[in-house]
Amino acid sequence: MSGIGVKPQPDVLDVERVREDFPILGRRVHGKPLVYLDNAATTQKPQPVLDALFRYYTGSNANVHRGVHLLSQEATDAFEAGRVSVQRFLNAAHASEIIFTRNASEGVNLVAESFGRLKVRAADEIVITGMEHHSNIVPWQLLCERTGAILRVVPITDEGELRLDEMERLLTERTRLVAVTHLSNALGTVNPIPTIVEMAHHHGAAVLVDGAQAAYHMPVDVQALGCDFYVVTGHKLYGPTGIGALYGRQALLEAMPPYQGGGDMIRSVTFEKTTYNDLPHKFEAGTPHIAGVVGLGAAVEYIRGIGLDRIAVHERDLLEYATARLNEVPGLRLIGTARHKASILSFVLDGVHPHDIGTIVDREGVAIRTGHHCAQPVMERFGIPATARASLAVYNTRSDIDALIRALRKVREVFA
Amino acid sequence: MSELTELYQEVILDHNKRPRNYQVPSGANRHAEGFNPLCGDRFTVYLRVEDGVIQDAGFQGAGCAISKASASLMTDIVKGRTLEEARALFDRFHDMVTAPMEATADADLLGKLAVFAGVREFPVRVKCASLAWHAMRAAVQSASDPVSTE
Ligand SMILES: Cc1ncc(COP(=O)(O)O)c(C=O)c1O
Repeated sequence: MSGIGVKPQPDVLDVERVREDFPILGRRVHGKPLVYLDNAATTQKPQPVLDALFRYYTGSNANVHRGVHLLSQEATDAFEAGRVSVQRFLNAAHASEIIFTRNASEGVNLVAESFGRLKVRAADEIVITGMEHHSNIVPWQLLCERTGAILRVVPITDEGELRLDEMERLLTERTRLVAVTHLSNALGTVNPIPTIVEMAHHHGAAVLVDGAQAAYHMPVDVQALGCDFYVVTGHKLYGPTGIGALYGRQALLEAMPPYQGGGDMIRSVTFEKTTYNDLPHKFEAGTPHIAGVVGLGAAVEYIRGIGLDRIAVHERDLLEYATARLNEVPGLRLIGTARHKASILSFVLDGVHPHDIGTIVDREGVAIRTGHHCAQPVMERFGIPATARASLAVYNTRSDIDALIRALRKVREVFA
Repeated sequence: MSELTELYQEVILDHNKRPRNYQVPSGANRHAEGFNPLCGDRFTVYLRVEDGVIQDAGFQGAGCAISKASASLMTDIVKGRTLEEARALFDRFHDMVTAPMEATADADLLGKLAVFAGVREFPVRVKCASLAWHAMRAAVQSASDPVSTE
């Protein structure tokens, strides 16, 4: 196991050492060194995560919470240790406030379904924003369809900032929940969560924060944010796919009905009456993604070892550099220029469709995302069908940005 | 850059910059929309069909260079063809952009459309090249709902 995750570090991030932890960064694509700038879609995995998965499957694989034998005990310990790691990572007050899910989307769906059944009735209102990922739109639409509740959308400015004045207007005593992204995947905007929480709570509404993008770029403290729910997804946290987590305030989770039925989520079952298990198990039906939790635990420990403060400083420097370099490219326009931004550079290029940009830069070894980024309402708001998006992570360097700029020159050559 | 120049041939770049038939033909009596939800490319193809023959064809909408050039060339080539012929062209075009190199000996039959053969090397772009063709086929079959390449 490589050491970056465990040793105390000086203040500045040693990117080259970090890069050594990520085996995939050594590969070539189309004969060129890989320049991976599609981190908002998913991040690469460091060796400690891969090692943890391997160790688990080769050393301790068994089902959890049900066997008396040693392997089952070890698997259960590893699984619950993963929960404690995520608890510390988000600074939740209790480990039982961490519910494992498949991804961020399932976390939102769980809350829409279960909180919805507890609190949302016809003519109640759910408030979301104009910069949400489809994962934080569609579950609320489904809830509204099911209950007759009404969906309200807070508009955004030309820079991609939330109109807090409009939000204030939309919040009423009918508002049951506000669902908002911490960091927009399409625009890079960082939203003022504590302010939003204060506004929503003032009206008696709960707040769900979509932290799918934020949690690997900035320290997250759910108690300081004051939110009621916070969702993350493992594959963007340098962890495995298929595992995510929902933080929920204990009192709320306890009041909420189960999401799915199955093994592990019950205390006793008879055909007449079933009593449900305590938190967090009430919300985790069936055999969980044990290896995924082990991998996610290793991933958040890896991040903690480097320090999100240092990661944020490193990425801020890189974002500034990339913003300046991209602004020098003739005909390029950045979409999303909020004052408080992180790690995302969405752009369009005069006369060249983003899809063509993506194909051409890929041939230069540069992986970026092109399309609507699962945020079609954002594209509509800016009157564009799609953008090209470069997104940063801990292992990116200025030379990655330089490679992107060179690749964009190739685009210009092709479309001369 | 060789595969890239195969993909972005002069003809394609030219049709992207100056698309032909970029209008609703007068008297158009069939149309269908093609939408690729992945990248947001969206075109509507219009046909004027008389006595089983496509007398005129045009398109509107927006998309990447490959999809726009393909719509432009497609509308050029189907003009004057019977509906049967248009359907057969769809099949041949589809084969060319999806099949391995040796399986496509039809360069002559396809004429100008052969410039899209390079798309084969870019599997994610196949849908771009075939979007307008799907819309054309749907228009031929008089479907009035949007068609999708999904
Ligand atoms: C802001 C945001 N929310 C939610 C999601 C959904 O994450 P997942 O697909 O892992 O559920 C993403 C990822 O694409 C995202 O960027």
